[in-house]
Amino acid sequence: MLLVVLEHDRGELVEAAREALTFGRTLAAKMGEDLEAALIGAADESLVAAAGAYGAATVHTCTHDVLSDYGPDAHGAVVAQMVETLAPDAVLACGSDRGNEVMAHAAARLDAPFVANCIDVTPGAPWSMTRVQWGGSLLEDATLDADVALLSCGLHAVAAEPGDPRDAGAESFAAGLDERHAVTVVRDRVVQEAGVTLPTAPVVVGGGRGVGSEDGFASLEELAELLGGRVGCSRAVTNLGWRPHADQVGQTGTRIAPEIYIASGISGAIQHWVGAMASKHILAINTDREANMVVKADWAVIADLHEVVPAITEEIKRRRIRTS
Amino acid sequence: MKILCCVKRVPAPGAKINVTADGMDVDAAHLGFTTSPHEECGVEGAIQLKEEHGGEVTVLTLGPGEAEEQLRYAASVGADHGVLIPTDGTAYDPQRTAAAIAAAVTELEAEAPFDLILFGNESADAGGFQVGIRVAHALGRPIVQGIKGIELDGDTVRARREIDGGFEVYELPRPAVLGVKEGLNLPRYPTMKGRLASKKLEVRSLDVAAAAGGQQRVRLHRPEEQVSETVILGEGPEAAAAVVDVLAELGVL
Repeated sequence: MLLVVLEHDRGELVEAAREALTFGRTLAAKMGEDLEAALIGAADESLVAAAGAYGAATVHTCTHDVLSDYGPDAHGAVVAQMVETLAPDAVLACGSDRGNEVMAHAAARLDAPFVANCIDVTPGAPWSMTRVQWGGSLLEDATLDADVALLSCGLHAVAAEPGDPRDAGAESFAAGLDERHAVTVVRDRVVQEAGVTLPTAPVVVGGGRGVGSEDGFASLEELAELLGGRVGCSRAVTNLGWRPHADQVGQTGTRIAPEIYIASGISGAIQHWVGAMASKHILAINTDREANMVVKADWAVIADLHEVVPAITEEIKRRRIRTS
Repeated sequence: MKILCCVKRVPAPGAKINVTADGMDVDAAHLGFTTSPHEECGVEGAIQLKEEHGGEVTVLTLGPGEAEEQLRYAASVGADHGVLIPTDGTAYDPQRTAAAIAAAVTELEAEAPFDLILFGNESADAGGFQVGIRVAHALGRPIVQGIKGIELDGDTVRARREIDGGFEVYELPRPAVLGVKEGLNLPRYPTMKGRLASKKLEVRSLDVAAAAGGQQRVRLHRPEEQVSETVILGEGPEAAAAVVDVLAELGVL
C-alpha cells in the first residue's frame, strides 16, 4: 500500500495535497498497490471525499487534542505510528515546507531514510528515483534501501489532476500523543495581508535589478493590482533592500505557479528560474534579447520596462473603459 | 548564551554547475564556494543574539578541509569558535551527515549544552530537508523549520515562520533547535578587524565515525533544457496592445 500524507491548513485541503495524490496515483500504479491517504488533525467528510476524487481508496483520519493545530513533531509522530501499524510499502508527501518537515520528523523517529523532492520514482529492491538538487537546476539519480520508502515529490513536480475516482472510506486511526508532542505546535498566527498571496496569485509581476530602485516598483505594483496579482522580485532586489524577502521568487524564496509570470528586468539567474519555472506561461520584458529569462519565456518584449509596464497598464484601463 | 550554528560549504549560487565525468559530484574546477544561503543568515542570527544577550557562537561544518574557509568567514563576522568534521571526500547521505553532527555536538556539549542550535532549512545543493530535524531528534530537543524570526524570552525561544500572507509563531523551551531560512536577516559584511581576527581562529577538528544511511547517489545530471520558442511581441511600449491580447487570451484580465 502507498500512503499519501495530505497537507491541509486548519481543515482546508491545500494544493500540495492534490499534487501528492496526483503523483501518488502514478506511483501506486507502478507498485501495483492501493493508494491510501493520511489525514492528520482533521476528519471532515469533504476532505475524505476530495481525496477519493484523486484516487484514494481509504483515508486514515487522526484527530487528537494535540493535533488541534499544525505541529511538525506531532504530525511526524502520527506518520511514524501509521507506518508501524498500517505497514505501508511507501509513504509520500508533497515536498512543501510542511510536507518535507513532517516526513523528516517521521523518518527521524523511525530511524529510516527519507528521500526529499523526487520527480520520478521506481519501486524495487532497492527503490530508484530521480530527485531535485539545486532547486531543480541539477538532478540526482539515487537508490533507496529501506523497509519502508519515505518520500516526497517536488513541489509543482506535477500539476494536480483528479482521476481514478473512488468512494473513499474513512478509517479512524488512534495515535498515541502527549504533551511532549505539543511543544512545537503553532502558538499564534499573525495575518499580514488578506487576499491573494505570492504562492497562490494567478498573475505575478516580477521585478529584478533592472527596475533600478525601490520606487521603480510602483508601476509593477499598479499592474499587479489591476490584474488581481502580486509583485515578486529576484534575490538581487532583496539583497539591495528594495523589497522584503517575502516577495522573493527563487530557490531560497517562494516557488510560484501562476497562470502568467511577467518578469520585468530580470536576467533569470538559475536560482531565480527554479522558483519561476512552474509558471504556466512566462512573459519577459527586458532590454537584453539574450537574457536567460527572455530565452526561456513564451513571449517577450525587448524594451525598457519603465516604458512598457505603464503602457500595458494604460492599455488595460483603456479596454476596460471601452467594454464597461 | 551558547549558540551553535551548523553551516555547509556549497558552490556559489548562480553559477552554472557542471558535473564530474563520473557523475558523482559537481565539477569544482571553476567554481567559487560560499556558505549555503540559509546558513549565512543563521550565522548572522546567532551573532545578533550574542550581541543582544551575551555569550558565544560556535560554527560547525561537516565537509572537506577547504570548508575551513566558511568557518573563518563566520569568524570574520563575529563567530568565536570553529569546528570541522572532516569528510572522506565522498558525498554523505542525510542520515550519515546527521549522525556525525549529533555525535560531534554531544562531544562539544561535554561541559554545557548549547542553548540554541541553528541549521539552515536545507542546503542549497543537496537539499535533503532533514539533517537538522534528525540531529534534534538524536539530541532529544524540539525543532521547527522555516524560521525567519527569532526572539529570546527567558528560557523560551519564540520563532516566527512565514506562511501564506503572514506568519506562525512557535514557542520552544531551551535548549532548542531551529531550521532557519534566508530572510531571517540581511547578513553583514566582514570588517577589516574581523578579517584579521578570523585568521587567528583555531579550528577544532573532530573525527567522528558515522555509518552510511539508506539513500545512495547513483549520478548527478542536468535536466533536459526546455526549449521554448519565444515570441517577440515588440521592441517598445507599442507592444503593450499585443501583451494585453495575450493576457486576454489567458483569461487573466
